[in-house]
Amino acid sequence: MTATGTDAVELQGVDKTFGSVWALAGVDLTIGAGEFVSLIGPSGCGKSTLLRVVADLEEPTAGSVAVTGTSARQARLDQRYGIAFQQAGLLDWRTVVENVELPLQVHGVGKAERRRRAVELLELVGLAEFAGSRPAELSGGMQQRVAIARALAPSPRLLLMDEPFGALDEMTRERMQAELLRIAGETGAAVLFVTHSIPEAVVLSDRVVVMSPRPGRITEVVGGRRPPVSGDDRAADTLDPDAVEDVRETAAFFEAVTAVREALRKGAATDGPAA
Amino acid sequence: MGSRDRRRLRSAAWAVAAFALLVVLWELAKLVLPAGGVTVGGTRVLPRTDDAAMPHVWTVLARLGAPEVAGAAEPRSVGAAIVSGALFTLGLALGGLVLGGIAGMLLAVLMQRFAVAEKAVLPYVIASQTVPLIAIAPLVAGWGGKIAIGGWAWEPWASVMVISSYLAFFPISVGMLRGLTSPRKADVEMFRSLAAGWWTTLLRLRLPASVPHLVPAVRLAAAAAIVGAIVAEISTGTRGGIGRLIIEYAQSATGDPSQMYAAILGAAVLGLVAAGAVGLLELGLRRYRGSVA
Repeated sequence: MTATGTDAVELQGVDKTFGSVWALAGVDLTIGAGEFVSLIGPSGCGKSTLLRVVADLEEPTAGSVAVTGTSARQARLDQRYGIAFQQAGLLDWRTVVENVELPLQVHGVGKAERRRRAVELLELVGLAEFAGSRPAELSGGMQQRVAIARALAPSPRLLLMDEPFGALDEMTRERMQAELLRIAGETGAAVLFVTHSIPEAVVLSDRVVVMSPRPGRITEVVGGRRPPVSGDDRAADTLDPDAVEDVRETAAFFEAVTAVREALRKGAATDGPAA
Repeated sequence: MGSRDRRRLRSAAWAVAAFALLVVLWELAKLVLPAGGVTVGGTRVLPRTDDAAMPHVWTVLARLGAPEVAGAAEPRSVGAAIVSGALFTLGLALGGLVLGGIAGMLLAVLMQRFAVAEKAVLPYVIASQTVPLIAIAPLVAGWGGKIAIGGWAWEPWASVMVISSYLAFFPISVGMLRGLTSPRKADVEMFRSLAAGWWTTLLRLRLPASVPHLVPAVRLAAAAAIVGAIVAEISTGTRGGIGRLIIEYAQSATGDPSQMYAAILGAAVLGLVAAGAVGLLELGLRRYRGSVA
């Protein structure tokens, strides 16, 4: 990770309340350019809310939010981030390539230019031959890859992903994780990744941010085991899928998984009335 | 030929078979039931089946070719009168459907855009349909008669079109509103994250997503527009349409029932033509039939 340019995300003292529910309390978090950070924690710990605050889909009650060096609102208006949810959320009346074009179309990019870019992105996610298909004809994993290509369309410096692989089966999920690491490496985009899965968080991330509920806050930050990108991070095929598989079997991977698990348990122990 | 085409053909075959069955039942009733009907304890429970009440199917069909008024200077066959009346009414109903469709869609967009509009307007939209048509017809004709736009004076057919649109707008506004609000929250947020404004979201998300709700609404509205046009023709006394023919023929029904049945047949065919037109519309919009994946 090279720390060139401004940080992708900078949160300081962010609070968010929904009525009397304290969703986020005093969250400080900085994500460097090109850094991969996962948010993990039990349901209700505010990890999705945190992502939504960064995306300017929720307004923080207090605190400051900077995204790629500007306000969250300006970053959204400039399409400086791409976002993917658990549901691929593709528009069924559009072909695959038209779905990828959507962000560019909304931003008024010309027809030829956005088609060229969309085809390029479909090649990146390995779905070039499905450009003319309908989303309904694709498997869940393929749909999610289209959603990632769509998120990447405006060449964002930041990718926000809210449990994007949560609805996929385990095998597909692991393949997608390797895919995502390759794409993140190739595009150099920073990633904020919300997940429930400890191994997923560890294998993908530079840092794993552990959160606990009531009120939602960051309790610990554990180093992840994101596989190193070999050579130039702009070249194609920089990440061997086997490298990801290898990481899953290292002692360091298991240590990190254990560290995250213990952090989660500690967070749960301090939460709520004792048994 | 795709399996979908084959399914469509099969459903058309069923429709034809159902019509044939209706003809057979009609003739069977004439054959089996007593001509004077069935009376139980002084109350008639089944209608008379003699030729004056239930003419033979072939008599009705033969009547289509007979002249409308015997011995007229320029004889016109009943069939030709019905076809020209049906076309006149179809034109008015189509105009009513377009007018009502535009009004209904605009109203739905307004209600989607402003929650307060939905709360304020929707009850009246629903209440509008409980006011009987025959109460509205003279009102529209009366108001219209006082309107002259430019050099164009209000014609009776304009009243018919407006009344027809009054019935057609309702299913379209309700169906459209459902369709416009059908995208899931995640899809709406996706558009928000793309910095899409209200108009872009309407154009690229809400309108395409509303098609599956809109097509059945248009089918209902088309039928309502035709019923509205026929009833409006009758209650405003507009000449030239099939509504007027039904009334004229009904007055001579005691002597010549087959003529009235021929007119009713014409009205039914009119409904089928309208349904077919909506089917074509559906075909044109089929890429939008799917839901959001």
